[in-house]
Amino acid sequence: MSRKPVTIAVTGLNNIDSPGPGIPVIRGLRESAFFEPRIVGLAYEKLEPGIFMHDLVDKTYMVPYPSEGSNALIERVLEIHRQEKIDVLIPNFDAELYAFMKSAEVLRKAGIATFLPTIAQFEERHKSNLPEYGERYGLDIPKSQAVGTLEELEKAVKEYDFPVMIKGKYYDAYIVQNLQQAQNYFFKISAKWGTPVIVQEYIIGTELNVTALGDGEGNTTGAVAMRKTYITDKGKAWGGITIDEPRLLDITNKVMQQTKWRGGMEIEMIKSNDKIYIIEINPRIPAWVYLAVGAGQNHPEALAKLALGMKVEPFESYEVGKMFVRYSYDMIVSIKELEKLTINGEL
Amino acid sequence: MLKLNKNIAISDTGYVFDPSIGESYTLNPIGLEIVELLKANKTDNEIKSIILERYDVDDATFERYYIDFTGMLKNYQLAKDE
Repeated sequence: MSRKPVTIAVTGLNNIDSPGPGIPVIRGLRESAFFEPRIVGLAYEKLEPGIFMHDLVDKTYMVPYPSEGSNALIERVLEIHRQEKIDVLIPNFDAELYAFMKSAEVLRKAGIATFLPTIAQFEERHKSNLPEYGERYGLDIPKSQAVGTLEELEKAVKEYDFPVMIKGKYYDAYIVQNLQQAQNYFFKISAKWGTPVIVQEYIIGTELNVTALGDGEGNTTGAVAMRKTYITDKGKAWGGITIDEPRLLDITNKVMQQTKWRGGMEIEMIKSNDKIYIIEINPRIPAWVYLAVGAGQNHPEALAKLALGMKVEPFESYEVGKMFVRYSYDMIVSIKELEKLTINGEL
Repeated sequence: MLKLNKNIAISDTGYVFDPSIGESYTLNPIGLEIVELLKANKTDNEIKSIILERYDVDDATFERYYIDFTGMLKNYQLAKDE
């Protein structure tokens, strides 16, 4: 059977020590037995490694950060679309999702399919809203508070025993042992991601994660559970293994069913004294998604099919005990490539 | 009676994999032998008799190491008392 040609635009080409999911998503798409994809990379920074991975990314275009205004980003995507005829767009950053969700209809009318959560779904699982989310859907969530000032921070950390977690609204999480450390990280995180900063009760236990895909009608199209076996100093998985813990999948199904989540999702959980807490819900495919592909569930392919309005049968199982081991690799790049990218905004 | 968790995978080489948490361990040959006996639903006393018969070890020494070993299995949640 010949594969269906499709042009898919992907962000998150920053395959660095805290990697974006773009390259793993592209690897999943490249391994699809159904699609023959042309991959258009959308990059925010000129040194995102994926730009130079020509065996994975056919062409890359520079795009403006969403912080420069979502209109500028969408206009640029539409300009690229006129050249590339993008069929599907898969955004991979939390911080850009809002712009793409807001413009999903504009993109659809132009012929670009997406498969994203609604703004309401996106907002309610925010770290700052997680306690209410847990209450609403009957899920165990550590106690947490969103704080915007030093006074609020001090008040919040006093309510929990040290250590406590200090988290940014999009990224970054630190364990702190005293008020001074909490203040330091409050400044560091708020300077980078703005406020609120989240103060969360620290739960001692084993961190387990699930990458999942919801069809928007309450069904889980796919879900794979993993334990990080090697964690970088930034808290990112540098190695992981698929696990068989049915309760994680039960929780995932419950979240999908009750929220009717549409698109990719990562649920970060902690197993503590046989109780499982949700510590974070990320509204996109995680950077370790290629493990799911390797374990038998090609979530990027399924996401692209859902975006194109195709019916996708839910995955029923995956291989347990499958591991990923990440590595770093130096590419040699000609200055001519950087020149072309800088001058023309494309490569 | 100590029972091994059902989903624990144990290879002939003594490599143990707990799929519920993705953790793996290695057993030495005697550890593997004891785990195989637990898997065959032998009681503590039966295991003791078998090991004392097979190896040159006295009762007290065996018990000391056996309690330590089974405590480790319970601690790692590979087995529990039933």
